[in-house]
Amino acid sequence: MKSLEELKAIREKMQGQIGIREEDALQTRVVVGMATCGIASGARPVLNKLSDMVQEKNLNYILVTQTGCIGLCQYEPIVEVMEPGKEKITYVKMTPEKAEEVVEQHFVRGQVVGKYTLNSENL
Amino acid sequence: MYRSHVLVCGGTGCTSSGCEKIIQALNKELKSNNLENEVSVVKTGCHGLCALGPIMIVYPEASFYSMVKEEDVPEIVSEHLLKGRVVSRLLYDETVTEEGIKHLKDTDFYKKQHRIALRNCGVINPELIDEYIGTHGYEALGKVLTEMTADDVIQTLLDSGLRGRGGAGFPTGLKWKFAKGNDADQKYVCCNADEGDPGAFMDRSVLEGDPHVVLEAMTIAGYAIGASQGYIYIRAEYPIAVERLKIAIDQAREYGLLGKNIFGSDFSFDIDLRLGAGAFVCGEETALMTSIEGNRGEPRPRPPFPALKGLFGKPTILNNVETYANIPQIILNGADWFASMGTEKSKGTKVFALGGKIKNTGLVEIPMGTTLREIVDEIGGGIPNGKKFKAAQTGGPSGGCIPAECFDVKIDFDNLIEIGSMMGSGGLIVMDEDNCMVDIAKFFLEFTVEESCGKCAPCRIGTKRMYEILEKITEGKADMDDLVKLEELCEHLKENSLCALGQTAPNPVISTLHYFRDEYIAHIVDKKCPAGVCKSLLTFKIIPDKCRGCTLCARVCPNDAIIGKVKEAHIIDPVKCVKCGACVEKCRFDAIIKE
Repeated sequence: MKSLEELKAIREKMQGQIGIREEDALQTRVVVGMATCGIASGARPVLNKLSDMVQEKNLNYILVTQTGCIGLCQYEPIVEVMEPGKEKITYVKMTPEKAEEVVEQHFVRGQVVGKYTLNSENL
Repeated sequence: MYRSHVLVCGGTGCTSSGCEKIIQALNKELKSNNLENEVSVVKTGCHGLCALGPIMIVYPEASFYSMVKEEDVPEIVSEHLLKGRVVSRLLYDETVTEEGIKHLKDTDFYKKQHRIALRNCGVINPELIDEYIGTHGYEALGKVLTEMTADDVIQTLLDSGLRGRGGAGFPTGLKWKFAKGNDADQKYVCCNADEGDPGAFMDRSVLEGDPHVVLEAMTIAGYAIGASQGYIYIRAEYPIAVERLKIAIDQAREYGLLGKNIFGSDFSFDIDLRLGAGAFVCGEETALMTSIEGNRGEPRPRPPFPALKGLFGKPTILNNVETYANIPQIILNGADWFASMGTEKSKGTKVFALGGKIKNTGLVEIPMGTTLREIVDEIGGGIPNGKKFKAAQTGGPSGGCIPAECFDVKIDFDNLIEIGSMMGSGGLIVMDEDNCMVDIAKFFLEFTVEESCGKCAPCRIGTKRMYEILEKITEGKADMDDLVKLEELCEHLKENSLCALGQTAPNPVISTLHYFRDEYIAHIVDKKCPAGVCKSLLTFKIIPDKCRGCTLCARVCPNDAIIGKVKEAHIIDPVKCVKCGACVEKCRFDAIIKE
């Protein structure tokens, strides 16, 4: 390593990954239902996609975690987004592709992807 | 990338309580659940709560599992890591409340702590330099080499008020300034990792949990004083720390963070390890340097101080591990940030190793000025078994006791000296009413007798004579003249010993005599040990009214000293009794007393 830029590059790459080990009450929580029903309908790839993208993009204010059965088994995989001070958004029937869209639109740009939410009429 | 990180403590405490097995079981279970690409297992350094090891923290939920057993691992993997259901029964009980799961940092043990030196311990994998860089590692070095002059660095340290964490509390910036001011063709930067106080393990934990911070700080020191070579003197009894330091040095060299032209500047610096054989005296700076030179580790008189003539006769600075661990943070956050913590003359934080009669044995870092009451009762969780606090011992064999009446003294360098103890490197041993203070003083003197290097007579002979008097006292063979002699010897050693080992060796005696003189008198005049520790002064008796004649005591007695028939009161033969106390422990009717 010969320059501060190289050091910075390593730091930024690692910060996304180590960020997962921070405890901050003000974070946005993204919760994926990972009970038997969720896993059976494909929640694991969704969870992994979300987690990977949040780390790649260094979105330190977002915590991707998992929970048990949310209670709406027919809509699994379910992803809930809880931003401090805002109403909870529930995305249903998720896939890794949809998850990617949610990260790009919702997490980065702050626009809820209405067509995938529980309230959407497309269901 | 991993969606979840499982941190398993790999410090010495958790290693001895079996963390390796936990890690193996984790890897096996993750594999059989096809989770090995989703969940990463990270072996970290000490997380502090050694009493509850092995410790495991699962992120992103930050679930803190304590006393994890190998057989618990499948449940953690299949429930928590696969299905997202936290295994509540294994959580640290302080984090489980009626309202739900508390954050670890809100528990009594952690909430008053402020981690600077320990900031990465238990958080990063100490064997991966990238993880250290990810927590702003080597950023301070970059800043120093590109934006600051050597004088800027030293001024920052002076302004921060950082004092040496090894025990004496000498201002670090001043030490560096002296070394910089002395011109020489070669200068050295040394790190004292020869932590030898009984009960102290702060430096070991820093080296095990965050070795790169010491390398970074030593390199900064090299730049500040104009040295190109550093040595870490570490005891061979710290195998995990030695191993991780070796890995860290290799990685830093590979990245060009040690070696020639660091960050493209014209500054070059390298570090080598020197292993000590564990002699306590080698923690003394001149003895340490003599040992690095390859000679027998004996101190030499000062002056000349090492800043002028140190290692190989060249200007040298020697700082303790914890001191170094503070420096990169001071460079990054500024002197004012550091000076805003602590008391007027002691800035920042101090790491303590809590041990003895305390619930939460472990490693804590607290702002200077925290009271002993906060450390013992709040962070430490109090004394177990409903016993009463008697005293705390700080500073190891060079320090003294802090009695209950000083419970509310704010702990910093100067206050501790005022009440007859010293900060020392940070061992803090808690004692309750069952500890005999004469016995404690004898314990520390026995240690200094063993560890005296023998070069100067006051220490070599004086500690031995002091030990003999203490032995006489605990055996009930001493008279008041012995006490006078003991006090005289204390003064002689303090004034005439060559190095700090001998000069401070009487401290445990002086401070216990000051605060617990009545206990000495009880041993000498009444031939009694009030705490019931000194065996020669104890007699074991059976109270006939309470004894039911169950014969249990007679059966456990190793020397057949208890006689009596079934269902009749037993008696103890004082001639045969070896005072082991086995009968007291076994008696179900509290019929056996010692006095």
